[in-house]
Amino acid sequence: MKYLLLICSDGDGFDATPEELDAQPWVDEMTRRGVRLTGNRTRDAEDATTVRVRDGAVLTTDGPYAETKEQMGGFDIIECADLDEAVEVASKHPVARYGMIEVRPFWTE
Amino acid sequence: MSDGLDGGAAAAGTGGGADPAAGGAPAGRVKEAVARAWTEEWGRVVAAVIARTGDWDLAEECAQDAFERALERWPRDGVPRSPGAWLTTTARNRALDRLRRAANETVKLRQAARLAPGQPATADLAEEAGDGDTVPDDRLRLIFTCCHPALPLPAQVALTLRSLTGLSTAEIARAFLVPEKTMAQRLTRAKNKIRHAGIPFRVPAREVLPERTAAVLAVLYLLFNAGYAPGAAGPDQRRVTAEAIRLARLVAGLMPRQTEAAGLLALMLLHDARAAARTDAAGDLVPLEEQDRTLWDRSRIAEGVRVLEGALALHRPGPYQVQAAVAACHAEAPGPRDTDWKQIALLYAELARMAPGPVVELNRAVAVAMDEGPERGLELVDALASEGELTGYHLLPATRADLLRRLGRPGPAAAAYREALALAPTEAERRFLERRLAEVSAGRPR
Repeated sequence: MKYLLLICSDGDGFDATPEELDAQPWVDEMTRRGVRLTGNRTRDAEDATTVRVRDGAVLTTDGPYAETKEQMGGFDIIECADLDEAVEVASKHPVARYGMIEVRPFWTE
Repeated sequence: MSDGLDGGAAAAGTGGGADPAAGGAPAGRVKEAVARAWTEEWGRVVAAVIARTGDWDLAEECAQDAFERALERWPRDGVPRSPGAWLTTTARNRALDRLRRAANETVKLRQAARLAPGQPATADLAEEAGDGDTVPDDRLRLIFTCCHPALPLPAQVALTLRSLTGLSTAEIARAFLVPEKTMAQRLTRAKNKIRHAGIPFRVPAREVLPERTAAVLAVLYLLFNAGYAPGAAGPDQRRVTAEAIRLARLVAGLMPRQTEAAGLLALMLLHDARAAARTDAAGDLVPLEEQDRTLWDRSRIAEGVRVLEGALALHRPGPYQVQAAVAACHAEAPGPRDTDWKQIALLYAELARMAPGPVVELNRAVAVAMDEGPERGLELVDALASEGELTGYHLLPATRADLLRRLGRPGPAAAAYREALALAPTEAERRFLERRLAEVSAGRPR
């Protein structure tokens, strides 16, 4: 099954060094295992743009679609046997120790 | 439709094996046999169909069908020697039949392949069961799936009851005092999440087995308490309590190395043994020291003690085993004065080390009071009160009140009883506290 991992912080930044947050070893390991398909970091919410179309007009606004304290800082797409494996993979991501990882199953296989 | 018996492993020598003496059985006996099988075998039947098809709704429907068919067939053919195997085979064949006919056959079978046996964790369980050749019991895989931490706790509780016991959605709803529609939605959402999120149908891998087992035991303990909370229990809740004991027995039996499972079973048995003495004819709460001990179920106590001793012998202690040991101290004492309070105080100290918390400390204070006298107990209770963690918990002032009463200080005791009364959550507890309040007020020197 495919899962989207949302790599999130609670908005206050992390109490960790850049080395502790370095996801490269995790990326390498999970790619080698054949679990991680793709992923990337995303820029902060202040660089986000939200697009809506209403009555045929494109409305473009600055910022994320929902104002929350929690911020998404990146994503990964993984392919796993089941949720237990997805949880195991997510739990090894360095950000899991300081922020949180949301695991979302894809709608279709 | 297939004919129920496929000559597969489960049916061999059992499915067709009608009771020879019966040659068609009396209706009353058949009804009784079906009712017993409903209670004892529902979980096995549902688990087997899920294991084979990965489809929870189909499993429930086909289990239901199998029992209906038993009601038709058993009066004519006799009750099979192994009703569980007959029902399982019948339900499984019915399910495979329906899947074969379904238009979306390929999707379902692919799902089945993913969720079916042969997952790596199988080996772990075989080892867990202490037998390299044993296939894990489907019911154990089912209970771990129902109690998966990715499901909300109320859903874990509901799903465990619906899938593993013969309780209907309506009965579960009544036991937890929610509308049936709410309970049905809760079950549907949980089953959807299992499917959509890929929650696997299996016993967890060894690295996470202890914590996942703890989650299963927590759900079972919650079920037990549903019908055990003082004054809260009606017939629906008591049935849930009985099912909790049955499931704990199953889990403890299937995972002999997880000593806390046996610890929980022992704890349940030892508490349940006192059920008849806990309330009087009017439904009022009877405290332990005033209970008629001849009403205690001696065979349950003996079984609880035996289960506990078996667990303790493996030297993997845990909070349930310690609590069961406390319950055993009470259960084996001929009377309140013969109770080994020193031992109980030590056990609570041990429990506080394993699972620290103010409620454990309060229990320890009670044991110390019984062992060393109420003054010493009161010191501990007052220290706890000043920490503030138990503010709003009725048993804190109720315990203070009891100690003050024992110390012959009716004035402060009455005040503490009033405080407890304002906080007590159930009618039975309020009546008990009112009675005590009346006693200390009457005996109070003016």
